[in-house]
Amino acid sequence: MPHSLSTPDVTTPGGLLLVLAVLVPFVGMLAGMVLGGRGTRRVALAILVAGLAIAIAIADALVRSGAAVVYLLGGWAPPLGVALRADGLAVVMLLAVAVVIGGIGAYARADFGTPPGVREARAPLLFWLLLLAVWGSLNLVFVSGDLFTLYVALELLTFAGVPLVSLGGSPETLRSALRYLLYALFGSVLYLLGAVLLYGAYGTLDILLLATRVHPEPVAWAAAALMTVGLLAKTALFPLHLWLPPAHAGAPAAASAVLSGLVIKGSWFLAVRLWLDVFAGVVTVPSAQTLAALGAAAILVGNIVALRQARLKLLIAYSTVAQIGYLFLMFPLAAGLAAAQLDDAAAVNGGLLQAISHATAKAAMFMAAGLVYTTLGHDRIADLRGVARALPMTLVAFALGGASLIGLPPSGGFLAKWLLVSAAITTAQWWWALVMLVGGLLTSAYVFIVVVRALAPAPEGWTPKASVPCYQQAAVLALALGSFLLGMAVFCPVDVAGIGRAVVPGIGSP
Amino acid sequence: MNTPTLFGLCAVALVGVGLYGLIVNPQPLRKILAFNLIGSGVFLLFGAIARRGATVGMGGDPVPQALLITGIVVAFSATALAVALVQRLFDEAGSVTLAPDAPARAPVEPPDA
Repeated sequence: MPHSLSTPDVTTPGGLLLVLAVLVPFVGMLAGMVLGGRGTRRVALAILVAGLAIAIAIADALVRSGAAVVYLLGGWAPPLGVALRADGLAVVMLLAVAVVIGGIGAYARADFGTPPGVREARAPLLFWLLLLAVWGSLNLVFVSGDLFTLYVALELLTFAGVPLVSLGGSPETLRSALRYLLYALFGSVLYLLGAVLLYGAYGTLDILLLATRVHPEPVAWAAAALMTVGLLAKTALFPLHLWLPPAHAGAPAAASAVLSGLVIKGSWFLAVRLWLDVFAGVVTVPSAQTLAALGAAAILVGNIVALRQARLKLLIAYSTVAQIGYLFLMFPLAAGLAAAQLDDAAAVNGGLLQAISHATAKAAMFMAAGLVYTTLGHDRIADLRGVARALPMTLVAFALGGASLIGLPPSGGFLAKWLLVSAAITTAQWWWALVMLVGGLLTSAYVFIVVVRALAPAPEGWTPKASVPCYQQAAVLALALGSFLLGMAVFCPVDVAGIGRAVVPGIGSP
Repeated sequence: MNTPTLFGLCAVALVGVGLYGLIVNPQPLRKILAFNLIGSGVFLLFGAIARRGATVGMGGDPVPQALLITGIVVAFSATALAVALVQRLFDEAGSVTLAPDAPARAPVEPPDA
């Protein structure tokens, strides 16, 4: 089979930045642990700025060279050594995560400050340490070049995400955290089993080398199936989504934003890596259709259940279940485009944009719900009167985030769904377009319900329970605006996501 | 039947039993043990693969063995985290059921009773 590996196995200029992107958050975490108390937050906020700068530098190196950024650990090339690689997909995710983490950090500055008179408080200390740990693990997921490092990165992500669920420490949150951990362990052990099978059959775990060695045969199918199911459990795709709503809705708002916006994207990204890069020649169109059918079921079930929720945070959590569905619609579309010998960039970019616009919009919406909770003392949707007067910026942010989820122009969600729908039409898979349109309608129903209830005038003499600092509202609005204006990415002169992607023959090509 | 195949079959049995336990058993502690059974199966399989992939004159392929150690460490930390959560849940709720609408039973010993 002809293969052109677009990344040479040498360390490229800027390769060291990949090491920094992974190491800096973890170094910050350790430093924060040593300093403790108020020092932790200071360190974390400094690392947020440094990490964003590193992500921008990596993007600069990628665009400048027009090829993937590579770093060989210890100078050993695969299959002997381990490589870190950042192609366009990885760099776009690195940047998006750095921006979203920055927004969440700015918001959480108020919620997770150490109270005066105390030297150290448990929840703030843990939150900042875990935030940095989630970030470092996500960066490792994006830049890892081999399947075993990816396994370790996924586990790190789980270990950082699970305690975030139970930051509150109540029995319900502990129960959701435990349920999440059990699902995640089930997922990771299946993933590891698949990786072991691949090593046994092909003698390497390096993604680029594997892509050239795998053949459509039973062992590759078994490995692909095991790894995919494992990753679906971690991403919470229907019907393995049962752990997600209680876990995401029970956590503090900033932690929910991290979990819902970012953590699930790690395992989704790995599924994309596997299906597009490693198993491009192994997976079949019907298997991709199955994956998308689960996605379609997630969209319908998630949205309908979201409509029936009485509490705002649970509504947003079920909306995440639905939005995860969109992320998996890209697989048959990319496969269909590749089978027709067309460029699959439309489907891949659509999926990627969906991930990023959901990350920004959902983080903003969860944080908006957190502000509503602080102001009203509850988050019952039926009783949101007065929110518009007390929190005008927050309500605008919620509406903008909702518009991005619905897919109104010029939001990132609009461009993502546009690309996916047009890919569905091009490859004559109109039913996925239909699902996306119905999903958009259902989404608009629950977003409008919340906004209309929140616009109702407050009762006479009503005063907010607590006032929230202006910069918290600004952080939420900034993330929501980012999601709403992400559709402007269409004017981006270069297809950044396509840079440095290994060209492997797609499904159906000889 | 040669030795690696035998070990491979053992690994398959372990993974199967563990998966069954993980899915069917309602108790968290048993689920954690079942996860460890699956893990052992995977590690055993990896060991068998290392033996089969060994070149002449070597006891085994060293790469899987290095990865195995890391895998065991990861599985150990996962188990520790899960058990800590179960312990904490028991301390807080007085029971360790995973049912979503479990009645919040009073702790075994009410504080300051």
